[in-house]
Amino acid sequence: MRAALLIAVFAVSCGPKTRPGTSALFPKTGEVPGWSQKGETRTFQAGDLWQYNDGDADRYVRAGVERLLTTDYRYQDKADAIADIYIMKNAEGAKTILESESEVGSQTAQVGTAGRLYGASVTFRQGRYFVRLVAYEEAEASQALMDLGRAIDKKLVRE
Amino acid sequence: MHDRATSRRDLLRACLAAPLQAAALQNKSRVVIARDARLRASGSSVDSARLLKMLDRAMQSFYDCDSPVQAWKRIVKPGEVVGLKVNCLAGRGISTSVAFVEALCERLQQAGVPAKNIVIWDRLNRDLESAGYRVASHPDRIRCIGNDTLGYEDELAVYGSAGSLLSTTLTRVCDAVLNLPVLKDHGIAGVTMALKNMFGAIHNPNKYHVNVGDPYVADVYMLPPIRQKVRLHICDAITAQYEGGPSYMPQWSWPYNGLIVARDPVALDYTGWQIIEQQRSEKGMKALKELRREPAYIGTAADAQHRLGTNDPRRIERVEV
Repeated sequence: MRAALLIAVFAVSCGPKTRPGTSALFPKTGEVPGWSQKGETRTFQAGDLWQYNDGDADRYVRAGVERLLTTDYRYQDKADAIADIYIMKNAEGAKTILESESEVGSQTAQVGTAGRLYGASVTFRQGRYFVRLVAYEEAEASQALMDLGRAIDKKLVRE
Repeated sequence: MHDRATSRRDLLRACLAAPLQAAALQNKSRVVIARDARLRASGSSVDSARLLKMLDRAMQSFYDCDSPVQAWKRIVKPGEVVGLKVNCLAGRGISTSVAFVEALCERLQQAGVPAKNIVIWDRLNRDLESAGYRVASHPDRIRCIGNDTLGYEDELAVYGSAGSLLSTTLTRVCDAVLNLPVLKDHGIAGVTMALKNMFGAIHNPNKYHVNVGDPYVADVYMLPPIRQKVRLHICDAITAQYEGGPSYMPQWSWPYNGLIVARDPVALDYTGWQIIEQQRSEKGMKALKELRREPAYIGTAADAQHRLGTNDPRRIERVEV
């Protein structure tokens, strides 16, 4: 009986990489008007981040990334988008990433502690979180991405 | 006296150099750039008929042929399995486009390559799916597989600084490879096109990003199955990216609406690098050299140890059609 319990505990500890609560950082379908979540939230630890964005991963690792959570979204029937939440060791890491990216073509976005809007992309930081939202179709993307970004931001503030 | 000696030496040097330069000019690496300003019918979607015509124009110009099928027959022999090495790391926004690969498959089949002898491949099934491809491994149809389907060789392939396990799709399935990179900036290596696309054929690309990827990118390309099997490079420059790569950053992407064809991967990369630098300059961004990410690996690939092609603009014949 005790052995069975130990095996059960071991099995739980060796389960999928998605930690309880991580998907709670992303708004569910219907939470933000027009946005629906597609598929599962995927998690990449710092050491595996290259499998998600090889070549880009190194700068996140240098800035102290702990893990990445990523989810696909669809806006009405108009646009697909992707939402990445990088969980850094501290707020300084999130600031480093945001400030390392060019401001060319961007405007200040009223989301998070600091953010930028680039048409079909929004980036912002909130505490130790760095968030990137990217839409694949630019038309109507900006306002819709901002709505999604603000909803994510609210959840991050509560964390 | 000194002046006279120098002038004699100069004269001798000039006499010797002239025939060498003439020979070099005859052996220029051809890079054909085909573009179509009206490629996108509406919004961001590509007109597949115009894309096919652009591909035909590029191929006929490159091979100096009257028909596209003639051009394709020069590349692949009957019975060979042709691998199409796409680049899907960054998902749908800045990957080798499905529409382009479909056009290419259509022409390959018209040139006599049966569907079962065409294999679209890249690093991971997930990468392919995220770029809009449907993973398929039925042996009688066009296959579309990531390296995670068939795995890697057990023994390391080694050249210079590179020691990697090679994809068995490359080593055991494909007889010939068409390299289909995209035209984009790379945050570490400067740019990524033909040479660097072969990082998708090895198990450990993440180990080779130090020192701006130099000499690793060139060394990986030297691994015999890569160097020997790649027959042609066609860079998908329909959408290109001048900053923030290799991930997709829509804010730094632009519709170049082109395809770039070359047999020489170094000449292609050099040409693509100049296109990216020009776009960076027009957008008010610093040159890659100023940012300490000038793609030095392109020069290394051209050096006496590698001889993978030329990065000398005088030896590149750039043709725009």
